[in-house]
Amino acid sequence: MRPLHPVSPGIRTVLGISFFVLFVAFWAWITLGGHVNRIFLADPLSMLRDGWRLLVEDRFWLDVLITIWRVFGGFLLASVVAVPLGIAMGAWKPVEAFLEPFVSFARYLPASAFIPLLILWAGIGELEKLLVIFVGSVFQIVLIIAVKVGGTRRDLVEAAYTLGSTNNGIVNRVIMPANAPEIAETLRLVLGWAWTYVIVAELIGSSSGIGYMIINSQSRLATGQIIFGIIVIGLIGLLSDFAFKAFNRWLFPWSLA
Amino acid sequence: MALSVEPGVNKLLIEGVSRTFAGVRGGQPVKALMPIDLGVAANDFITILGPSGCGKSTLLRIVAGLEAPSEGRVLLDGRAVTRPGPDRGMVFQSYTLFPWLTVAQNIAFGLRERGMPEKDRGEVVASYVDLVGLKGFENHWPKQLSGGMQQRTAIARALANDPEILLLDEPFGALDNQTRGLMQELLLGIWERRKKTVLFVTHDIEEAIFMASRVIVMTARPGQIKSDVAIDLPHPRHYTLKTSPEFSALKARLTEDIRVEAMRTAQGQTA
Repeated sequence: MRPLHPVSPGIRTVLGISFFVLFVAFWAWITLGGHVNRIFLADPLSMLRDGWRLLVEDRFWLDVLITIWRVFGGFLLASVVAVPLGIAMGAWKPVEAFLEPFVSFARYLPASAFIPLLILWAGIGELEKLLVIFVGSVFQIVLIIAVKVGGTRRDLVEAAYTLGSTNNGIVNRVIMPANAPEIAETLRLVLGWAWTYVIVAELIGSSSGIGYMIINSQSRLATGQIIFGIIVIGLIGLLSDFAFKAFNRWLFPWSLA
Repeated sequence: MALSVEPGVNKLLIEGVSRTFAGVRGGQPVKALMPIDLGVAANDFITILGPSGCGKSTLLRIVAGLEAPSEGRVLLDGRAVTRPGPDRGMVFQSYTLFPWLTVAQNIAFGLRERGMPEKDRGEVVASYVDLVGLKGFENHWPKQLSGGMQQRTAIARALANDPEILLLDEPFGALDNQTRGLMQELLLGIWERRKKTVLFVTHDIEEAIFMASRVIVMTARPGQIKSDVAIDLPHPRHYTLKTSPEFSALKARLTEDIRVEAMRTAQGQTA
Protein backbone atom coordinates (compact mmCIF):
# COMPACT_ATOMS: atom_id res chain seq x y z
CA MET A 1 0.00 0.00 0.00
CA ARG A 2 1.20 3.49 -0.87
CA PRO A 3 1.68 5.54 2.33
CA LEU A 4 -0.65 8.55 2.79
CA HIS A 5 -2.61 7.63 -0.32
CA PRO A 6 -6.31 8.47 0.26
CA VAL A 7 -9.10 5.88 0.01
CA SER A 8 -12.41 6.47 -1.75
CA PRO A 9 -15.42 7.33 0.48
CA GLY A 10 -17.17 4.09 -0.47
CA ILE A 11 -14.25 1.90 0.56
CA ARG A 12 -13.82 3.95 3.70
CA THR A 13 -17.41 3.27 4.77
CA VAL A 14 -17.19 -0.44 3.96
CA LEU A 15 -13.92 -0.80 5.89
CA GLY A 16 -15.28 1.14 8.86
CA ILE A 17 -18.41 -0.97 9.11
CA SER A 18 -16.60 -4.25 8.55
CA PHE A 19 -14.57 -3.82 11.70
CA PHE A 20 -17.77 -3.51 13.73
CA VAL A 21 -19.07 -6.67 12.06
CA LEU A 22 -15.84 -8.53 12.79
CA PHE A 23 -15.85 -7.33 16.36
CA VAL A 24 -19.40 -8.48 17.02
CA ALA A 25 -18.76 -11.74 15.17
CA PHE A 26 -15.75 -12.47 17.40
CA TRP A 27 -17.80 -11.61 20.46
CA ALA A 28 -20.62 -13.91 19.32
CA TRP A 29 -18.15 -16.70 18.56
CA ILE A 30 -16.46 -16.70 21.97
CA THR A 31 -19.75 -16.39 23.88
CA LEU A 32 -22.26 -18.42 21.85
CA GLY A 33 -19.55 -20.95 21.01
CA GLY A 34 -19.03 -21.55 24.71
CA HIS A 35 -15.40 -20.40 24.79
CA VAL A 36 -15.94 -18.16 27.84
CA ASN A 37 -18.10 -18.56 30.90
CA ARG A 38 -21.57 -16.98 30.51
CA ILE A 39 -21.31 -15.56 34.01
CA PHE A 40 -18.49 -13.24 33.00
CA LEU A 41 -19.53 -12.26 29.52
CA ALA A 42 -23.01 -12.19 28.04
CA ASP A 43 -23.49 -12.97 24.36
CA PRO A 44 -24.74 -10.29 21.93
CA LEU A 45 -28.28 -11.68 21.81
CA SER A 46 -28.83 -11.76 25.55
CA MET A 47 -27.24 -8.32 25.72
CA LEU A 48 -29.94 -7.04 23.37
CA ARG A 49 -32.62 -8.92 25.30
CA ASP A 50 -31.39 -7.47 28.60
CA GLY A 51 -31.23 -4.03 27.05
CA TRP A 52 -34.77 -4.28 25.78
CA ARG A 53 -36.00 -5.38 29.20
CA LEU A 54 -34.09 -2.50 30.81
CA LEU A 55 -35.74 0.04 28.54
CA VAL A 56 -39.26 -1.38 28.70
CA GLU A 57 -39.54 -2.67 32.25
CA ASP A 58 -36.94 -0.79 34.28
CA ARG A 59 -37.43 2.58 32.63
CA PHE A 60 -33.72 2.75 31.87
CA TRP A 61 -34.28 5.69 29.53
CA LEU A 62 -34.85 7.82 32.62
CA ASP A 63 -31.32 6.94 33.74
CA VAL A 64 -30.05 7.81 30.30
CA LEU A 65 -31.76 11.20 30.42
CA ILE A 66 -30.38 11.91 33.89
CA THR A 67 -26.85 11.05 32.77
CA ILE A 68 -27.17 13.23 29.67
CA TRP A 69 -28.37 16.12 31.81
CA ARG A 70 -25.42 15.69 34.19
CA VAL A 71 -22.89 15.63 31.38
CA PHE A 72 -24.27 18.68 29.67
CA GLY A 73 -24.97 20.52 32.93
CA GLY A 74 -21.46 19.99 34.28
CA PHE A 75 -19.91 20.61 30.91
CA LEU A 76 -21.85 23.84 30.42
CA LEU A 77 -20.83 25.01 33.88
CA ALA A 78 -17.17 24.27 33.10
CA SER A 79 -17.39 25.99 29.69
CA VAL A 80 -18.95 29.15 31.09
CA VAL A 81 -16.04 29.51 33.51
CA ALA A 82 -13.23 28.13 31.37
CA VAL A 83 -13.77 29.76 27.98
CA PRO A 84 -13.52 33.40 29.15
CA LEU A 85 -10.66 32.47 31.45
CA GLY A 86 -8.79 30.67 28.66
CA ILE A 87 -9.26 33.60 26.30
CA ALA A 88 -8.07 36.03 28.98
CA MET A 89 -4.98 33.92 29.66
CA GLY A 90 -4.16 33.60 25.98
CA ALA A 91 -4.68 37.27 25.24
CA TRP A 92 -3.10 38.93 28.26
CA LYS A 93 0.28 37.56 29.29
CA PRO A 94 0.17 38.80 32.93
CA VAL A 95 -3.08 36.87 33.43
CA GLU A 96 -1.36 33.84 31.95
CA ALA A 97 1.68 34.26 34.19
CA PHE A 98 -0.66 34.52 37.17
CA LEU A 99 -2.86 31.49 36.47
CA GLU A 100 -0.97 29.15 34.16
CA PRO A 101 1.20 27.42 36.79
CA PHE A 102 -1.79 26.67 39.00
CA VAL A 103 -4.02 25.49 36.18
CA SER A 104 -1.24 23.26 34.83
CA PHE A 105 -0.94 21.71 38.27
CA ALA A 106 -4.70 21.40 38.79
CA ARG A 107 -5.10 19.71 35.42
CA TYR A 108 -3.30 16.63 36.76
CA LEU A 109 -5.57 16.32 39.78
CA PRO A 110 -7.75 13.33 38.92
CA ALA A 111 -11.43 14.26 38.96
CA SER A 112 -12.33 10.85 40.37
CA ALA A 113 -10.13 11.43 43.42
CA PHE A 114 -12.21 14.49 44.20
CA ILE A 115 -15.40 12.47 44.48
CA PRO A 116 -15.08 11.67 48.22
CA LEU A 117 -14.36 15.31 48.95
CA LEU A 118 -17.16 16.55 46.73
CA ILE A 119 -19.58 14.15 48.44
CA LEU A 120 -18.54 15.63 51.79
CA TRP A 121 -19.15 19.13 50.51
CA ALA A 122 -22.13 18.73 48.25
CA GLY A 123 -23.73 15.45 49.32
CA ILE A 124 -24.63 12.76 46.82
CA GLY A 125 -27.18 14.85 44.91
CA GLU A 126 -27.02 16.35 41.46
CA LEU A 127 -24.68 19.14 42.47
CA GLU A 128 -21.94 16.65 43.36
CA LYS A 129 -22.25 14.93 39.93
CA LEU A 130 -22.06 18.27 38.15
CA LEU A 131 -19.04 19.27 40.20
CA VAL A 132 -17.14 16.08 39.30
CA ILE A 133 -17.58 16.86 35.62
CA PHE A 134 -16.78 20.50 36.26
CA VAL A 135 -13.51 19.67 38.03
CA GLY A 136 -12.60 17.17 35.35
CA SER A 137 -13.22 19.53 32.43
CA VAL A 138 -12.58 23.09 33.53
CA PHE A 139 -8.79 23.05 33.77
CA GLN A 140 -8.41 21.15 30.52
CA ILE A 141 -10.56 23.65 28.64
CA VAL A 142 -8.76 26.64 30.14
CA LEU A 143 -5.32 25.37 29.19
CA ILE A 144 -6.12 24.26 25.65
CA ILE A 145 -7.95 27.50 24.85
CA ALA A 146 -5.16 29.61 26.38
CA VAL A 147 -2.64 27.89 24.10
CA LYS A 148 -4.84 28.27 21.00
CA VAL A 149 -5.54 31.94 21.71
CA GLY A 150 -1.86 32.55 22.47
CA GLY A 151 -1.09 31.21 19.01
CA THR A 152 -3.33 33.72 17.24
CA ARG A 153 -1.76 34.71 13.92
CA ARG A 154 0.33 37.77 14.70
CA ASP A 155 0.07 39.14 11.18
CA LEU A 156 -3.72 39.34 11.55
CA VAL A 157 -3.32 41.22 14.82
CA GLU A 158 -0.82 43.58 13.20
CA ALA A 159 -3.09 44.11 10.20
CA ALA A 160 -5.95 45.02 12.54
CA TYR A 161 -3.75 47.51 14.40
CA THR A 162 -2.83 49.23 11.13
CA LEU A 163 -6.55 49.44 10.36
CA GLY A 164 -7.16 51.33 13.60
CA SER A 165 -8.15 48.61 16.07
CA THR A 166 -7.82 49.40 19.76
CA ASN A 167 -6.57 46.78 22.22
CA ASN A 168 -10.16 45.82 23.03
CA GLY A 169 -10.98 45.76 19.33
CA ILE A 170 -8.13 43.27 18.82
CA VAL A 171 -9.51 40.95 21.49
CA ASN A 172 -13.17 41.23 20.46
CA ARG A 173 -12.89 41.39 16.71
CA VAL A 174 -9.68 39.52 15.92
CA ILE A 175 -8.65 37.14 18.68
CA MET A 176 -12.15 35.84 19.46
CA PRO A 177 -13.44 35.27 15.92
CA ALA A 178 -10.05 33.94 14.77
CA ASN A 179 -10.09 31.27 17.48
CA ALA A 180 -13.82 30.57 17.66
CA PRO A 181 -13.64 27.37 15.55
CA GLU A 182 -10.70 26.07 17.58
CA ILE A 183 -12.52 26.85 20.81
CA ALA A 184 -15.63 25.01 19.60
CA GLU A 185 -13.42 22.10 18.55
CA THR A 186 -11.82 22.06 22.01
CA LEU A 187 -15.24 21.95 23.65
CA ARG A 188 -16.22 19.04 21.43
CA LEU A 189 -13.11 17.15 22.48
CA VAL A 190 -13.56 17.80 26.19
CA LEU A 191 -17.25 16.89 26.02
CA GLY A 192 -16.05 13.41 25.07
CA TRP A 193 -13.93 13.27 28.21
CA ALA A 194 -16.86 14.50 30.32
CA TRP A 195 -18.66 11.27 29.42
CA THR A 196 -16.03 9.26 31.26
CA TYR A 197 -16.21 11.49 34.34
CA VAL A 198 -19.99 11.19 34.61
CA ILE A 199 -19.89 7.41 34.73
CA VAL A 200 -17.22 7.49 37.44
CA ALA A 201 -19.36 9.95 39.39
CA GLU A 202 -22.37 7.67 39.04
CA LEU A 203 -20.47 4.57 40.12
CA ILE A 204 -20.00 6.09 43.57
CA GLY A 205 -22.82 7.23 45.82
CA SER A 206 -25.51 7.39 43.20
CA SER A 207 -29.04 6.07 42.84
CA SER A 208 -29.69 6.91 39.21
CA GLY A 209 -27.96 7.22 35.88
CA ILE A 210 -26.23 4.85 33.47
CA GLY A 211 -23.26 4.41 35.80
CA TYR A 212 -25.56 3.49 38.65
CA MET A 213 -27.28 0.88 36.48
CA ILE A 214 -23.88 -0.56 35.56
CA ILE A 215 -22.61 -0.88 39.15
CA ASN A 216 -26.01 -2.24 40.16
CA SER A 217 -25.85 -4.87 37.43
CA GLN A 218 -22.40 -5.94 38.56
CA SER A 219 -23.73 -7.13 41.91
CA ARG A 220 -26.28 -9.25 40.03
CA LEU A 221 -23.71 -10.51 37.51
CA ALA A 222 -25.91 -9.07 34.76
CA THR A 223 -23.09 -8.63 32.24
CA GLY A 224 -25.59 -8.20 29.41
CA GLN A 225 -26.94 -5.08 31.07
CA ILE A 226 -23.44 -3.76 31.76
CA ILE A 227 -22.44 -4.12 28.13
CA PHE A 228 -25.72 -2.60 27.00
CA GLY A 229 -25.07 0.38 29.28
CA ILE A 230 -21.56 0.81 27.91
CA ILE A 231 -22.82 0.66 24.34
CA VAL A 232 -25.52 3.23 25.10
CA ILE A 233 -22.85 5.59 26.44
CA GLY A 234 -20.78 5.03 23.32
CA LEU A 235 -23.73 5.71 21.06
CA ILE A 236 -24.78 8.88 22.85
CA GLY A 237 -21.18 10.08 22.82
CA LEU A 238 -20.93 9.42 19.10
CA LEU A 239 -24.26 11.14 18.46
CA SER A 240 -23.40 14.25 20.47
CA ASP A 241 -20.04 14.37 18.72
CA PHE A 242 -21.69 14.27 15.29
CA ALA A 243 -24.17 16.94 16.34
CA PHE A 244 -21.39 19.12 17.74
CA LYS A 245 -19.34 18.72 14.56
CA ALA A 246 -22.29 19.60 12.35
CA PHE A 247 -23.08 22.59 14.55
CA ASN A 248 -19.49 23.84 14.31
CA ARG A 249 -19.51 23.45 10.56
CA TRP A 250 -22.72 25.42 10.34
CA LEU A 251 -21.39 28.08 12.72
CA PHE A 252 -18.02 28.57 10.99
CA PRO A 253 -18.46 28.05 7.27
CA TRP A 254 -15.42 30.25 6.57
CA SER A 255 -12.98 27.87 8.21
CA LEU A 256 -13.92 25.07 5.79
CA ALA A 257 -14.82 26.98 2.65
CA MET B 1 24.31 61.69 1.68
CA ALA B 2 22.41 64.94 1.76
CA LEU B 3 18.69 64.45 1.81
CA SER B 4 15.97 67.04 2.06
CA VAL B 5 14.62 66.66 5.54
CA GLU B 6 13.03 70.03 6.12
CA PRO B 7 9.71 69.70 7.90
CA GLY B 8 6.71 71.10 6.11
CA VAL B 9 7.88 69.94 2.73
CA ASN B 10 7.72 66.31 3.68
CA LYS B 11 4.64 64.25 4.35
CA LEU B 12 6.74 61.62 6.05
CA LEU B 13 10.03 62.24 7.75
CA ILE B 14 12.37 59.51 8.93
CA GLU B 15 15.00 61.01 11.24
CA GLY B 16 18.05 58.98 12.23
CA VAL B 17 16.05 55.80 12.57
CA SER B 18 18.12 52.74 13.41
CA ARG B 19 17.30 49.31 14.76
CA THR B 20 19.45 46.90 16.73
CA PHE B 21 18.17 43.49 17.73
CA ALA B 22 19.30 42.08 21.07
CA GLY B 23 21.72 39.18 20.77
CA VAL B 24 20.29 35.70 20.92
CA ARG B 25 21.45 33.67 23.93
CA GLY B 26 24.13 36.06 25.04
CA GLY B 27 25.38 36.63 21.49
CA GLN B 28 26.34 39.96 19.99
CA PRO B 29 23.49 42.39 19.32
CA VAL B 30 22.60 42.45 15.62
CA LYS B 31 22.51 45.80 13.88
CA ALA B 32 19.71 45.56 11.32
CA LEU B 33 19.47 49.20 10.31
CA MET B 34 22.06 51.96 10.35
CA PRO B 35 20.63 55.39 11.16
CA ILE B 36 18.46 56.39 8.23
CA ASP B 37 17.25 59.83 7.16
CA LEU B 38 14.54 60.02 4.56
CA GLY B 39 11.94 62.58 3.62
CA VAL B 40 8.92 61.63 1.57
CA ALA B 41 6.95 64.31 -0.27
CA ALA B 42 3.16 64.15 -0.34
CA ASN B 43 1.74 61.97 -3.11
CA ASP B 44 5.14 60.51 -3.94
CA PHE B 45 5.43 56.85 -4.80
CA ILE B 46 8.64 55.66 -3.18
CA THR B 47 9.99 52.16 -3.60
CA ILE B 48 12.61 50.85 -1.21
CA LEU B 49 14.81 48.36 -3.02
CA GLY B 50 17.25 46.10 -1.25
CA PRO B 51 18.61 42.57 -1.00
CA SER B 52 16.76 40.24 1.37
CA GLY B 53 17.66 40.75 5.01
CA CYS B 54 18.79 44.34 4.51
CA GLY B 55 16.27 45.70 6.99
CA LYS B 56 13.92 47.33 4.48
CA SER B 57 10.91 45.55 5.96
CA THR B 58 12.07 46.56 9.44
CA LEU B 59 12.16 50.18 8.30
CA LEU B 60 8.63 49.90 6.94
CA ARG B 61 7.40 48.27 10.14
CA ILE B 62 8.93 51.12 12.14
CA VAL B 63 7.03 53.62 9.98
CA ALA B 64 3.87 51.57 10.56
CA GLY B 65 4.52 51.70 14.29
CA LEU B 66 4.61 47.91 14.55
CA GLU B 67 8.22 48.08 15.76
CA ALA B 68 10.01 50.77 17.72
CA PRO B 69 13.25 52.25 16.41
CA SER B 70 16.34 51.85 18.61
CA GLU B 71 17.20 55.45 17.85
CA GLY B 72 15.59 58.26 15.92
CA ARG B 73 11.97 58.97 15.15
CA VAL B 74 9.38 58.95 12.41
CA LEU B 75 7.15 61.96 11.79
CA LEU B 76 3.95 61.84 9.76
CA ASP B 77 2.57 65.31 9.06
CA GLY B 78 4.85 66.52 11.84
CA ARG B 79 3.46 64.14 14.45
CA ALA B 80 5.72 61.46 15.92
CA VAL B 81 4.76 57.86 15.26
CA THR B 82 4.52 55.83 18.47
CA ARG B 83 2.10 53.05 17.62
CA PRO B 84 0.26 51.62 14.64
CA GLY B 85 -2.77 53.59 13.51
CA PRO B 86 -5.28 53.97 10.71
CA ASP B 87 -3.40 56.95 9.23
CA ARG B 88 -0.76 54.47 7.98
CA GLY B 89 -2.45 51.71 6.01
CA MET B 90 -0.38 48.60 5.44
CA VAL B 91 -0.40 45.72 3.00
CA PHE B 92 1.68 42.71 4.05
CA GLN B 93 3.46 40.11 1.99
CA SER B 94 1.61 37.29 3.74
CA TYR B 95 -2.12 37.03 3.15
CA THR B 96 -3.62 38.85 6.10
CA LEU B 97 -7.28 39.05 5.20
CA PHE B 98 -9.44 38.06 8.15
CA PRO B 99 -10.58 34.58 7.14
CA TRP B 100 -13.86 34.83 9.06
CA LEU B 101 -14.95 37.92 7.16
CA THR B 102 -16.11 38.12 3.55
CA VAL B 103 -14.35 40.33 1.01
CA ALA B 104 -16.82 43.16 1.68
CA GLN B 105 -16.53 42.78 5.47
CA ASN B 106 -12.74 42.76 5.23
CA ILE B 107 -12.75 46.00 3.28
CA ALA B 108 -15.18 47.48 5.82
CA PHE B 109 -13.06 46.40 8.80
CA GLY B 110 -11.29 49.71 9.38
CA LEU B 111 -14.49 51.68 8.88
CA ARG B 112 -16.19 49.53 11.48
CA GLU B 113 -13.32 49.97 13.94
CA ARG B 114 -13.72 53.69 13.44
CA GLY B 115 -17.41 53.40 14.36
CA MET B 116 -18.89 54.22 10.97
CA PRO B 117 -22.55 53.05 10.89
CA GLU B 118 -23.22 49.99 8.77
CA LYS B 119 -25.39 51.77 6.22
CA ASP B 120 -22.62 54.26 5.42
CA ARG B 121 -20.01 51.52 5.09
CA GLY B 122 -21.82 49.86 2.19
CA GLU B 123 -21.23 52.72 -0.21
CA VAL B 124 -17.52 53.07 0.60
CA VAL B 125 -16.99 49.33 0.35
CA ALA B 126 -18.76 49.16 -3.02
CA SER B 127 -16.52 51.87 -4.46
CA TYR B 128 -13.33 50.09 -3.34
CA VAL B 129 -14.58 46.70 -4.50
CA ASP B 130 -15.04 48.35 -7.86
CA LEU B 131 -11.63 50.04 -7.72
CA VAL B 132 -9.75 46.75 -7.35
CA GLY B 133 -12.01 44.91 -9.77
CA LEU B 134 -13.63 42.48 -7.36
CA LYS B 135 -17.27 43.07 -8.27
CA GLY B 136 -19.22 39.85 -7.80
CA PHE B 137 -16.82 38.55 -5.13
CA GLU B 138 -18.09 40.71 -2.25
CA ASN B 139 -19.51 37.74 -0.38
CA HIS B 140 -16.66 35.30 -0.92
CA TRP B 141 -14.49 34.10 1.93
CA PRO B 142 -10.76 34.83 1.57
CA LYS B 143 -10.10 31.07 1.22
CA GLN B 144 -12.12 31.04 -1.97
CA LEU B 145 -9.92 33.69 -3.60
CA SER B 146 -6.65 33.41 -5.53
CA GLY B 147 -3.53 35.04 -4.08
CA GLY B 148 -3.84 38.02 -6.42
CA MET B 149 -7.45 38.58 -5.48
CA GLN B 150 -6.58 38.36 -1.79
CA GLN B 151 -3.92 41.03 -2.18
CA ARG B 152 -6.32 43.20 -4.18
CA THR B 153 -8.75 42.94 -1.29
CA ALA B 154 -5.95 43.77 1.14
CA ILE B 155 -5.12 46.90 -0.88
CA ALA B 156 -8.80 47.89 -0.94
CA ARG B 157 -9.03 47.27 2.80
CA ALA B 158 -6.08 49.55 3.49
CA LEU B 159 -7.30 52.27 1.07
CA ALA B 160 -10.90 52.22 2.34
CA ASN B 161 -9.58 53.67 5.58
CA ASP B 162 -8.31 56.65 3.55
CA PRO B 163 -4.85 56.60 5.21
CA GLU B 164 -2.38 59.47 4.95
CA ILE B 165 0.23 57.06 3.63
CA LEU B 166 0.06 53.56 2.20
CA LEU B 167 2.80 51.14 3.26
CA LEU B 168 3.36 47.99 1.22
CA ASP B 169 5.75 45.25 2.31
CA GLU B 170 6.55 43.16 -0.78
CA PRO B 171 2.82 42.83 -1.38
CA PHE B 172 3.22 40.89 -4.62
CA GLY B 173 6.17 38.79 -3.47
CA ALA B 174 4.18 35.58 -3.18
CA LEU B 175 2.43 35.93 -6.55
CA ASP B 176 3.39 34.36 -9.86
CA ASN B 177 5.07 36.58 -12.44
CA GLN B 178 2.04 37.27 -14.64
CA THR B 179 -0.24 38.10 -11.72
CA ARG B 180 2.48 40.24 -10.24
CA GLY B 181 2.69 42.31 -13.46
CA LEU B 182 -1.07 42.83 -13.51
CA MET B 183 -1.09 43.82 -9.86
CA GLN B 184 1.63 46.39 -10.45
CA GLU B 185 -0.45 48.00 -13.19
CA LEU B 186 -3.56 47.91 -11.02
CA LEU B 187 -1.87 49.57 -8.06
CA LEU B 188 -0.11 52.13 -10.24
CA GLY B 189 -3.40 52.91 -11.99
CA ILE B 190 -5.06 53.55 -8.63
CA TRP B 191 -2.19 55.80 -7.58
CA GLU B 192 -2.27 57.75 -10.84
CA ARG B 193 -5.97 58.45 -10.39
CA ARG B 194 -6.21 58.96 -6.64
CA LYS B 195 -2.78 60.30 -5.63
CA LYS B 196 -1.60 58.90 -2.35
CA THR B 197 1.72 58.91 -0.55
CA VAL B 198 3.10 55.41 -0.96
CA LEU B 199 6.07 53.57 0.54
CA PHE B 200 6.60 50.28 -1.26
CA VAL B 201 9.24 47.75 -0.22
CA THR B 202 10.50 45.25 -2.78
CA HIS B 203 13.55 43.26 -3.81
CA ASP B 204 12.45 43.21 -7.46
CA ILE B 205 14.36 45.81 -9.49
CA GLU B 206 11.87 46.01 -12.34
CA GLU B 207 9.00 46.43 -9.92
CA ALA B 208 10.88 49.12 -8.03
CA ILE B 209 11.45 51.19 -11.17
CA PHE B 210 8.07 50.62 -12.79
CA MET B 211 6.06 51.69 -9.77
CA ALA B 212 8.14 54.52 -8.38
CA SER B 213 8.62 58.20 -8.73
CA ARG B 214 11.73 57.63 -6.61
CA VAL B 215 13.72 54.50 -5.79
CA ILE B 216 15.67 54.23 -2.54
CA VAL B 217 18.35 51.54 -2.82
CA MET B 218 19.51 50.00 0.45
CA THR B 219 22.78 48.29 1.25
CA ALA B 220 23.18 44.80 2.68
CA ARG B 221 22.74 44.43 6.45
CA PRO B 222 23.14 46.57 8.40
CA GLY B 223 20.95 48.47 5.98
CA GLN B 224 21.52 52.05 5.02
CA ILE B 225 20.60 54.16 2.02
CA LYS B 226 22.98 53.51 -0.82
CA SER B 227 21.39 55.63 -3.52
CA ASP B 228 18.31 57.72 -4.13
CA VAL B 229 17.19 57.63 -7.74
CA ALA B 230 14.44 59.80 -9.19
CA ILE B 231 12.38 57.99 -11.82
CA ASP B 232 11.19 60.54 -14.33
CA LEU B 233 9.34 58.16 -16.60
CA PRO B 234 6.03 59.61 -17.79
CA HIS B 235 2.61 58.66 -16.44
CA PRO B 236 0.33 56.90 -17.07
CA ARG B 237 2.73 54.01 -17.35
CA HIS B 238 1.95 51.02 -19.48
CA TYR B 239 3.62 47.62 -19.08
CA THR B 240 5.39 48.13 -22.44
CA LEU B 241 7.45 50.77 -20.64
CA LYS B 242 9.45 47.92 -19.14
CA THR B 243 11.08 47.28 -22.55
CA SER B 244 11.88 50.94 -23.34
CA PRO B 245 15.54 52.12 -23.52
CA GLU B 246 15.09 54.59 -20.61
CA PHE B 247 13.73 51.84 -18.44
CA SER B 248 16.58 49.52 -19.42
CA ALA B 249 19.16 52.17 -18.58
CA LEU B 250 17.68 52.64 -15.10
CA LYS B 251 17.49 48.93 -14.66
CA ALA B 252 21.14 48.49 -15.62
CA ARG B 253 22.19 51.13 -13.13
CA LEU B 254 20.15 49.77 -10.24
CA THR B 255 21.11 46.19 -11.06
CA GLU B 256 24.75 47.21 -10.65
CA ASP B 257 23.97 48.93 -7.33
CA ILE B 258 22.00 46.06 -5.90
CA ARG B 259 24.28 43.32 -7.23
CA VAL B 260 27.19 44.49 -5.12
CA GLU B 261 24.95 44.40 -2.05
CA ALA B 262 23.47 41.01 -2.88
CA MET B 263 27.00 39.64 -3.20
CA ARG B 264 27.91 41.09 0.16
CA THR B 265 24.85 39.41 1.66
CA ALA B 266 25.71 36.09 0.04
CA GLN B 267 29.31 36.27 1.30
CA GLY B 268 28.05 37.19 4.74
CA GLN B 269 25.91 34.09 4.78
CA THR B 270 28.69 31.73 3.70
CA ALA B 271 31.25 33.25 6.07
